[in-house]
Amino acid sequence: MFLALRELVFARGRFSLMGGVIALIAVLMVMLSGLSSGLVNDGVSGLKAMPVTAFAFDQGTKTDNAFSRSVIDDQQLSAWRGVEGVAAAEKMGVGMANATTDSGKQVDLTLFGVEPGSFLEPSRSAGTGLGDTDGIVVSSTAKAEGVDLGTVVTLDRIGTKLKVVGFTEGQATFGHVDVAYLPLKTWQLIASGRAAAGIPSAAQLSALSFDTASVVAVQAKPGAKLDLAAGDTAAGTSSKSLSAAFDASPGYEAETMTLSMIQVFLYAICALVVGAFFTVWTIQRKHEIAVLRAIGASTGYLLRDGLAQAAILLVGFTALGVAAGLGLGAAMPDAMPFALEAAPIAVATTLTIGLGLIGAAVAVVRISRIDPLNALGGQR
Amino acid sequence: MTNPTFPVAGTGLAGTPQSTGLSIRHAVMELGDGGTRVTALDDVSLDAAPGEFLAIVGPSGSGKSSLLAVAGALATPDSGTVTVHGQDLSQLNQGRRAAFRLSNIGFVFQSGNLIPALTAADQLRLVNRLAGGPKTFDPIALLESVGMAHRAGNRPGQLSGGERQRVGIARALVTGAKLLLVDEPTAALDRTRSREVVELLARQSHEHGVATVMVTHDHDVLGYCDRVVEMVDGRLVAAAPVA
Repeated sequence: MFLALRELVFARGRFSLMGGVIALIAVLMVMLSGLSSGLVNDGVSGLKAMPVTAFAFDQGTKTDNAFSRSVIDDQQLSAWRGVEGVAAAEKMGVGMANATTDSGKQVDLTLFGVEPGSFLEPSRSAGTGLGDTDGIVVSSTAKAEGVDLGTVVTLDRIGTKLKVVGFTEGQATFGHVDVAYLPLKTWQLIASGRAAAGIPSAAQLSALSFDTASVVAVQAKPGAKLDLAAGDTAAGTSSKSLSAAFDASPGYEAETMTLSMIQVFLYAICALVVGAFFTVWTIQRKHEIAVLRAIGASTGYLLRDGLAQAAILLVGFTALGVAAGLGLGAAMPDAMPFALEAAPIAVATTLTIGLGLIGAAVAVVRISRIDPLNALGGQR
Repeated sequence: MTNPTFPVAGTGLAGTPQSTGLSIRHAVMELGDGGTRVTALDDVSLDAAPGEFLAIVGPSGSGKSSLLAVAGALATPDSGTVTVHGQDLSQLNQGRRAAFRLSNIGFVFQSGNLIPALTAADQLRLVNRLAGGPKTFDPIALLESVGMAHRAGNRPGQLSGGERQRVGIARALVTGAKLLLVDEPTAALDRTRSREVVELLARQSHEHGVATVMVTHDHDVLGYCDRVVEMVDGRLVAAAPVA
């Protein structure tokens, strides 16, 4: 690296320009990765947090918005309970609702109807669990909208009143809307359209003959591999693993695909720009490399030196860009779905450096084709 | 060949290659391809003994550069042998030729051909590192011997043509090579600087027993050479000792 380092210092102007581009790409990478994580969290954090292996939708349900569209019944549930490797299976209701808090603030909620005490009941950061017919456990992010323990929200149009009894641990949103967990019976009452205004009473619930829900949530036994296809055949459902089910949440696929496409383009741009720079740089050094080869420098030495130079440039300026991106990300307004997560940023950083190095390598390989004979004669 | 007589330096152009210095025997090389083949070397034989300063003159395209390339293991003749310090260069593959050049052959190029990013001292340090030389290598002492110690920290851009050429000569001597190949060292220099540079080359070859082969257009500096050879159309046509 003797030569590589001295050239970096000598041609610092040119290398800084290139480094600036790499750093800006890295900033953009961090921002996109943050936005991507933020959107994913906003879209499916309510699902992510669930100890669920797979969701079974009614057969033939359209994939987009399948959660609120699918309808399953008790037969399908018991079929799933009989499938080998299933530790537990529960019905779950999913629906969207507009509501108004007792202070008159309008909020949107995704209603997750779950059996109180089942494995689907969320872990809480505050308050008590599900149980009361009107008790709901709301995503902790709803606090920002003025929802507090004891807040009563009234569902628009039907007028059903629900009381906040707890908050989830961390963010639980679905389709960019805060999740409100409520007892499955209450959910069924609301879904049946027979709910009356006011607090849902026990009498109302017991009179209800409505036993369907949206999906069957299946939890596998530890270490067991679920045969989803067998379960689907037995229950007449089409099931998806937890992460595959994300696609069935509103807008999720469209959002993540758009961002992934931008990221793929950025990686390609990074590799090409770095490759183009080192191609021009190597051509500029052609005569000097011919001299070094004539003196007797081995091809291996010159290649290593050239690659080390590219690596120093890429690692240095990517680090700078990631640091700047993290700083910018911390300053993002709350309204923007933005979440800085270590894993995706590490992946983005590695890919930026790795693909940049590939671009540089393709350019630097030219060194091995430079004829030492060019050292003789005048400098062109 | 069983003939044990070594050709006397400067006279013999045939016979057994000498075990030190440079020996070229019946080198033939054609350049170009297809219909435009040019004979660059036409049965050339040449010796340069340790301590001898040899000049090759001739018009452009006469094959001087090809001779230098063949002597310096940069090109392989189509036929004939090139021996440097007893090593037949045709026995070496490309990688070994590079390693051989590094430790046994010093090159001095036109206008120095220094690495723009490196200071004078670093030019020398780089060659020492390439050759795996001693960590205690002192570039300043070597620069001192070419009168350039005071410019050790300067990059080529800050040096004059003559100074660059002096650093180039010091660089060629880093590995203690006993064969120095010099390509038009005075091409970019005025008369005074040219004389100084060539005088330095002559002194280095005589003091350190280095065989030096210099290709030049500059007839002014031939007085410093022990022997002058002329090339015309790929042939050595004169080998007259300089008075």
